[in-house]
Amino acid sequence: MSFINYASREINCKLVYYGPGLCGKTTNLQYIYQKTNPDIRGKMISLATETERTLFFDFLPLALGSIRGFKVRFHLYTVPGQVFYDASRKLILKGVDGVIFVADSQLERMEANVESVENLRLNLQEQGYDLDKLPYVIQYNKRDLANVAPLHEMRELINPNGVPDYEAVAPVGTGVFDTLKAVARLVLIELKRGQGG
Amino acid sequence: MNANTDLILYEEEFQQIVAEVERLCRDANAKVVFLVDKNGQLIASSGNAGGMDTTSLASLTAGNIAATGGLAKLLGEKEFSILFHEGEKDNMHISLVGDRVILVVIFDSRTSLGLVRLRVKRTSEALTRIFETIVRKSEAEKSAPGAAGVEAASAFAEITEDDIDNLFR
Repeated sequence: MSFINYASREINCKLVYYGPGLCGKTTNLQYIYQKTNPDIRGKMISLATETERTLFFDFLPLALGSIRGFKVRFHLYTVPGQVFYDASRKLILKGVDGVIFVADSQLERMEANVESVENLRLNLQEQGYDLDKLPYVIQYNKRDLANVAPLHEMRELINPNGVPDYEAVAPVGTGVFDTLKAVARLVLIELKRGQGG
Repeated sequence: MNANTDLILYEEEFQQIVAEVERLCRDANAKVVFLVDKNGQLIASSGNAGGMDTTSLASLTAGNIAATGGLAKLLGEKEFSILFHEGEKDNMHISLVGDRVILVVIFDSRTSLGLVRLRVKRTSEALTRIFETIVRKSEAEKSAPGAAGVEAASAFAEITEDDIDNLFR
């Protein structure tokens, strides 16, 4: 749910990066943090374990600019990917406006990707959302590795509905901003639609 | 109020909220008072918030409330409506208002937990009433645009592809 404040003329939207453990959700946020002007980003918060696995969430606020006189802010969150953190994952999805699914392109992670998409759909349903009606994009990460699945196979497996999707190598930024822009666009179009546009 | 519906604040209610938050800060002799949406967005603040990272504070508070809510459900409770964090110098009193927003009071030894609790109770009641109005207005606006007598939604109805592209330039 967006938060629109007519008094301070601000729109705040919540984006969530979802996906299996070690697929690169935190890496996406870290790259965005490194590459954005300090004037438009806040502090990045990572609630992680001592071995740097996400325990609760990463958080990065971005103030991108203005639309029609309203300051547009996106709050980026990641969920913990490891299977046993499901209770925490559900909490992060509260009030979500758009979802980015980060898939791990390595062949041995295909099952984990499929499970994670199913888990996303189920957890959204519990909160009263339908994944097919939500701004949603997919990122095929780690395309630089040797043992990756062909793109068409990944599409068949995790993108049967053909939502916007992007190949990525998150540590060097390939595809990272394309994915973010795509979901931000969908969220704003949804806002426009919801407000009678 | 359904947490999945957009929260739309208009000038009149926003000013009322700010006035309540300021009154609480003054009457409880608190250092800072924040009002945060359950999804982690800062709505209003009062007191000496200078130098504080209010965006992070809002997000972490919402995470804190969400995690505690998860614990409550495990125990068969609906919700833990009040959290209290005691520090060496500063303390935090966090409470849920009307199941939709979170009231955060940061205070030190210049006041007492008892006084903070007492004042929070009064503010919660006032804020609950304000948010009921906000929900009513939002629903009226949805069913008949312009009903709330605001410039309203039309601002977003006119968003163009160029507007969106310009955000990322």
